[in-house]
Amino acid sequence: MAEPIIIDARGSFCPGPLMELIARLKFGAVGEEFEVLSTDKGSASDIPEWIRKVGHELLGTREEGGVWHITLRKTK
Amino acid sequence: MASRISIVVVSGSLERLQMAAMLASVGAVSGNEVTVFLSMNSLACFRRDAPAPAPEGAFGRLLVEKKAPGFKQLFQQAVELGEAKVHPCSMAVDVLGVSAAELEPWLGAPLGLTRFLADAEGAQTWTF
Repeated sequence: MAEPIIIDARGSFCPGPLMELIARLKFGAVGEEFEVLSTDKGSASDIPEWIRKVGHELLGTREEGGVWHITLRKTK
Repeated sequence: MASRISIVVVSGSLERLQMAAMLASVGAVSGNEVTVFLSMNSLACFRRDAPAPAPEGAFGRLLVEKKAPGFKQLFQQAVELGEAKVHPCSMAVDVLGVSAAELEPWLGAPLGLTRFLADAEGAQTWTF
């Protein structure tokens, strides 16, 4: 499996990380994996919510040293 | 469940513009049909050469200090990523005496209230 495409949104506040993800997803291919890095706690819960609502596949959310890693697969 | 969201912005304060922009951008990229109507003090903030709007209070100063995403950037993302429509109020355009070329290029055509009201019928409506 290819490494996920990293979207480094550390230091950006809501809804910055979500918008950076969406802008990048637009140019991605179906099946590709993405990983958002965010230091904004609100985005850590808001981005998975968006992924579920829109219908992409949430692969995981984890926190490491104050940085949230949200991984997903583009499904459409 | 997707729905329609109508947002009326009349304030030129940073906090209100920011909240309206957040709602418009997140709403638009989540599959909702978003229409924004800019009137009164808000319109001058959408001139291409407008100075940054003044914060209303302490939170607005924090937004500036912590470099939150700019309200114009969020509105533009609402348009480009979520197909939101951001229209200046035709009355405000006339009163301010501003031309389309002086306004941000991603704004839609000036819209009258009759049309906006027709579009907003049955939609969630938010005012800032």
